[in-house]
Amino acid sequence: MTTRPDDFEERRRHLAGMSDEGLATYFWELADKVTDPLVVLARTHTSPSIERSVLLRMGFSSLEAKAIVDKCVEKRLLGKGAGHVVWQLSSARGMSVREAGAALAEGRMWDDVAALFGAGR
Amino acid sequence: MSGTSGASGTGEMGRMSGTSKTRAASGMRLSPDEKIDVREILKDLEHYRPRRRGWTWREKLPPGTDLGPFEFQEISRSFERSVPLPAAKYFGGIDPQPRMVVTTEIASGRFEDDIRRMRMAAWHGADHIMVIRTTGQSHFDGLIEGTPEGVGGVPITRKQVRATRKALDLIEDEVGRPINFHSYVSGVAGPEIAVLFAEEGVNGAHQDPQYNVLYRNVNMYRSFVDAAVAKTLMQWAGMAQIDGAHNANATAREAWKVMPELMVQHAINCAYSVKVGMAKENICLSTVPPTAPPAPEIRLDLPYAVALRRLFAGYRFRAQMNTKYIESSTREATVTHTLNLMLSRLTSADIQSTITPDEGRNVPWHYNNIAALDTAKQVLVGLDGLKSMVRLDASPDGELERNAREITERAVLFLEEILDVGGYFEAVRRGFFVDSGMYPERNGDGIARDPEGGVSAGTIVPRDPDYMAPVCAHFGANHLPEGTSAERPCDLIGGCTLCDPSKIVYIHELDPTDNVETRLAALEAGPPGVVYPEVEWAADRVVTLTMFWPVDEARAEAAALETARRLGLEDPKAIHKEVMHPSEGTLIEVKGKVPFGIDLASLKAPEEQETLSPDEIHGFVRDHGVKVVAATVGQDEHSVGLREILDIKHGGIEGFGIECHYLGTSCPVDKLVNAAIEVGADAILISTIITHADVHRMNMKKLADLCVEKGIRDRVILVAGGTQVTWDIAVESGMDAGFGRGTRGVDVASFLVRALREKGGGAGPAREAGTGSGSESGSGSGL
Repeated sequence: MTTRPDDFEERRRHLAGMSDEGLATYFWELADKVTDPLVVLARTHTSPSIERSVLLRMGFSSLEAKAIVDKCVEKRLLGKGAGHVVWQLSSARGMSVREAGAALAEGRMWDDVAALFGAGR
Repeated sequence: MSGTSGASGTGEMGRMSGTSKTRAASGMRLSPDEKIDVREILKDLEHYRPRRRGWTWREKLPPGTDLGPFEFQEISRSFERSVPLPAAKYFGGIDPQPRMVVTTEIASGRFEDDIRRMRMAAWHGADHIMVIRTTGQSHFDGLIEGTPEGVGGVPITRKQVRATRKALDLIEDEVGRPINFHSYVSGVAGPEIAVLFAEEGVNGAHQDPQYNVLYRNVNMYRSFVDAAVAKTLMQWAGMAQIDGAHNANATAREAWKVMPELMVQHAINCAYSVKVGMAKENICLSTVPPTAPPAPEIRLDLPYAVALRRLFAGYRFRAQMNTKYIESSTREATVTHTLNLMLSRLTSADIQSTITPDEGRNVPWHYNNIAALDTAKQVLVGLDGLKSMVRLDASPDGELERNAREITERAVLFLEEILDVGGYFEAVRRGFFVDSGMYPERNGDGIARDPEGGVSAGTIVPRDPDYMAPVCAHFGANHLPEGTSAERPCDLIGGCTLCDPSKIVYIHELDPTDNVETRLAALEAGPPGVVYPEVEWAADRVVTLTMFWPVDEARAEAAALETARRLGLEDPKAIHKEVMHPSEGTLIEVKGKVPFGIDLASLKAPEEQETLSPDEIHGFVRDHGVKVVAATVGQDEHSVGLREILDIKHGGIEGFGIECHYLGTSCPVDKLVNAAIEVGADAILISTIITHADVHRMNMKKLADLCVEKGIRDRVILVAGGTQVTWDIAVESGMDAGFGRGTRGVDVASFLVRALREKGGGAGPAREAGTGSGSESGSGSGL
């Protein structure tokens, strides 16, 4: 890792002329630039914890949420959304959301899910 | 059911402050003279709903508010019940509370013990209770359930959170002010914890993806992706967010050099939070004065504090106390924390955190939470209105402004270089953070993390074009079916738990042995009525001994441990050593466990004498006339205690019409007895403060003996008082009564009236024996 002596006086030259307000504005412009790509990453990705949090909000227990998400990961369905998987199954089979989720948590009906989201996944 | 439990929406319902009058849903109510019943808290918990969500600030009172004899500039509404500072008794018992929300961190590992500590803390001014999580929960991929025991903190579970919230609802009713409950939304289960907290009425949380990355080695992509959803949920619930920047201070080798980096860390979490939808007023910077004496602390930390508050205007500030430089000396820690509080007063703080003075020794003990809270209250109230008299030097060439500007410029340069190398992830990979150099200086000792590594690496996946989540308070791409309202995505499933809490699934326990029921049963299996001392957990039996040994450190420790063993303490350990001089002596504090409990029923508790009403006392004195002679006896110049008992202006017995002949201090006992005979006193009151070589007992015995010798013992009532006097000591020493610390005139007057009634209604014989003309002697030097 880098070691470097304190070259502050050298580096600050372009800041020397800025007013305090100007410096603060510039600080926040830089902070925005640093965080913009992080927000894009978050907007376009999901994770097992996020999907379990969706299932919790849908009224499943932490144990059911874990079982369903683990299967979604295994079946490469996490990118659809675990809640989506449960909802899709319930609408397609005329089950309640609760029944559909409970079946999936018990490891049942995953073939139905695979079919609903297209074979080969 | 609370008023908010069925509420939908995205945060505008988040603030229902001032609901402290509402009774907890269970109908339970705490009474100050009864202990909180944990079993009662646990009863029917599966149906308990929190009464509100969102953070509550204190109700500020306007500058110039009168309280007792004083006017205050910066206080908030008083509690209905509290324990004031010890010296409050001189000021009418006032208990002014600062405007900042005041935090205490509680983390014994057993929530049932923590609840009792929370109640004590609330009485001492805490309205932000932060529950530390058990070691290892950060890496637990999912929620923990039930009530297992933790290490250095509590496993955060639904049951634990709900029980604690329920207890805090009761406690806030008892003290009369809303209490904010707080824990951590971090680790690899952040979004799930955030759902749990939003559902269960948790009011604040730490949330900072950088914390996971740097200190918990959680994969950095995972940490930021999870954080966006967690923050969105926190915003929905109106929770206050506290960031993790203070940890850089606690971790860096040379803590005062990380100030530019601290600004960068704050900025990354603030900017990220705002972008995912969090309101600025819910975002709190966790800022800590980085250094401590013997460094010139205020001169180093003040410019930083000023620069930070200027740069982050509009955000909230949570002022943390320094933990980096805490050693085992609780005195040293308290002084450092006092300086931290002064810095809060010189700048600003919305939340004032407290750190217990024993943080450098052990997981905090009950009374050290209280000590820290009292330190904060004492200092903040003592510095009330400081800035109306003291102004910081704002001249551009002064040291303060020059340094504030320099720190800001260094932070700007740090951000520039993050962008130069390709962004945040690359900067972390290169070890930019927690380097001990004052940026742009680099010492090459920062924390470097691999973007592709860490806990839960490779677990995030891109959202497919048809990704969908039919719930509220979700962040990111969400492709709801045609016709679904974006306002309420959960219409698709007939409501999510945020909109319909009846859908929340409550799990009781998963582990049949590691749970609160087993722990309570073990306690209850002990003999009934037997009580043990404790510092952390019920019946932990820990006590401390403080000793000075006139020898060097090593031998002092050995001697102290041997002493503890011979006194019967189990498992003794030295918890603090301080050299007074390399050979002349060492201070040692030792902890150990007492091998027994005390059966309260077996104790001969001194009978609490109820005081008579002022009217009753007045009436008796008017009808019968009561005279006393009084003095501080022996070679003892203490006068305050006895004057408090006698003087009318202190609420003393004179005020009831009792005729007092005060003979002053250092009064010989025979002089006092002679005076009693001369004036025909009904009682002799002595004060004896000095206890060296048991001189207080000797004085009492001497008085009793002399009264017998002079033949007046059966006619006069003998009363002794003093800080070390107890009823038992006094009676053993021949007195009729003894009064210790905290005695008031009305206590003594009540005793005298009762005793005189028993003797037959008044002080006839003694008065007849005297001359009845000694009232001039009341000046104190007449006899």
